[in-house]
Amino acid sequence: MTTLSVSGLNVWFSTEDGPLHALKDVTFDIPERRIVGIVGESGCGKSTLINAILGLLADNGEIRNGEILFEGQSDLTKLTRREMQDLRGPRISTVFQDPMGALNPVLSVGEQMINIQYRSGQSKAEKAARAIEMLKLVRIPDADSALNRYPHQFSGGMKQRIAIAMSLMMEPALLIADEPTTALDATLEVATIELLQDLQEQIGCSVMFISHHLGVIAELCQDVVVMYAGEVVERGTVRDVFHDPRHPYTRRLLECDPARQTERTRVLPTIPGEIPDLRHRPEGCVFAPRCLERHPGCDMAQSERMVAPGHAARCNLVDQSAAEGESA
Amino acid sequence: MLNYAVKRLGLAVAIVSVAMFLLFCMIYLVPGDPASVALGPRATDAMKEALRVKMGLDQPIWVQFWNFFSGAWTGDLGQEVLSGRPVLDVVLEQLPFTLALIAGGITWSVAIGIPLGCWAAINRGSFADRLVGILSVAVIAVPSFVIAIYALLIFSVSLRWLPAIGAGEPGHLGDQIVHLILPSLAVGLGWVGYIARMVRASMLEVLEASHIRTARAFGLPENMITYRYALTIAILPTITLLGVGIGQMLSSAVFAEIVFARPGVGKLVYDAILTRNFPVVTGAVLVTTVIFVLLNLVADLIVGALDPRVRSSF
Repeated sequence: MTTLSVSGLNVWFSTEDGPLHALKDVTFDIPERRIVGIVGESGCGKSTLINAILGLLADNGEIRNGEILFEGQSDLTKLTRREMQDLRGPRISTVFQDPMGALNPVLSVGEQMINIQYRSGQSKAEKAARAIEMLKLVRIPDADSALNRYPHQFSGGMKQRIAIAMSLMMEPALLIADEPTTALDATLEVATIELLQDLQEQIGCSVMFISHHLGVIAELCQDVVVMYAGEVVERGTVRDVFHDPRHPYTRRLLECDPARQTERTRVLPTIPGEIPDLRHRPEGCVFAPRCLERHPGCDMAQSERMVAPGHAARCNLVDQSAAEGESA
Repeated sequence: MLNYAVKRLGLAVAIVSVAMFLLFCMIYLVPGDPASVALGPRATDAMKEALRVKMGLDQPIWVQFWNFFSGAWTGDLGQEVLSGRPVLDVVLEQLPFTLALIAGGITWSVAIGIPLGCWAAINRGSFADRLVGILSVAVIAVPSFVIAIYALLIFSVSLRWLPAIGAGEPGHLGDQIVHLILPSLAVGLGWVGYIARMVRASMLEVLEASHIRTARAFGLPENMITYRYALTIAILPTITLLGVGIGQMLSSAVFAEIVFARPGVGKLVYDAILTRNFPVVTGAVLVTTVIFVLLNLVADLIVGALDPRVRSSF
């Protein structure tokens, strides 16, 4: 069963300078018990996607069409505020990027962990016991007294582990991890990823892991979705996409990964140009203005093409490059 | 928390000492001889000299300062010129009336200002929000004595709902509270505006914070987010502001006490200035300073109690 199935999702924002098409025909699946990485540069619509799933779009944002099917039954775009609020936390939970700001500074860790269990119907002591159990699971030292402490008394890495404990405490079906390791240093990053991996296996949830760190995605995820300017440009298993990238953007992104540089260079490669102004989307391929393989066919609207079962790319070169890929 | 309180108390003692020093300098620098002012133009030189010795004005300045300083810390603020009663007794007799007035003013400003600011922030950009904004500026702009006079004219003279003068029958709490309504409104109404604006601004800031997004992402009820997660933080600058604002309320209390003919420290100082009763003036100012510093201390302790980050930074 698929935990989350997003299909044809379109999100628009009304701005002072006119409507902005933030997400265009976004389609991807998060199968049960799998970790799906979402990768893309800043401004590619990752945050909008999270907010659309959580039902927390800003007031000027609107889902025009498309559906977000959760656990095969409820379409999240059609739920009432109240129904959506009931899903957030127990069924779909989130770990945010900034561990420093994600916890309330004036409430004790215990109160925050107890408050999010407000629907469980258990006694306060039972909720506290559950919180302690989770803190032990994420290896917070002295978990019992940690409940009475405040966020500023923990280090950044510990705060992020507390945030992870909070998000998995109710054993959700889907965990959305929004760049959970970006604010941490490299050693903590590895430890946090391993922790997430362990807990995911224990709880058996699906994870939507947002990151711009390709190495982390390759390490942690089974599937990957590459986003550019609010569109899914390529998706498939990590193996397929990373070893056989079909969209020019994916290829450029992989070339720019510092970990893939084989020679010493003074200047790391970048993709020249900028993400287009989403108030004026180009008619054809959204990546065309920056694409090195651009040709007249790119001026027409692009649809997603299947490369292989489970591997799709939104580029009209796909069929011929598939053929060339074999001979090269 | 205890550690924090002790340190804050030490700071308060230091502030009062500095205030005493400044007060002493001011008295010393005021032109004219206090003894001749007190005794009037027809006093003989011998009488003036006798009073000067009695008041300790013949001593060198540092002895005078020490006497004033040590006297003040032990509660001896000198004697009233005419009756010879200890100044401290005279001031403390009037103090409860003023404290009640300030407490009333704070009650008005907090009870109306905080919900109003919160409501405006939640309904940001709505008609109600704009109305609150305009009314806040309006009540801030009107001086307290104008509010006092209009309140008196409307509610006491025209409508006859509330008493116009006095502080109520001694020992009769209900009557005293009824007498407190209009004067405290005059003292606190401007602060309703300040607090509403302050709470609105800090609520808007806090509601944007990422921990509020986290709280929403966990599906917490909107009421819990507003009051427990956001207001607890948004209220902190307001409490600090109110601590400082008590100084301003003490000065509006002077007007309110005169307009409503209420007893109180403000009225006492006003009368003492008119009769050149300088020991009472200095005594009352010093007591007011101590009250101000203490209430500021209370405000800081409340902030410390609510904000663990402040607590551990001391």
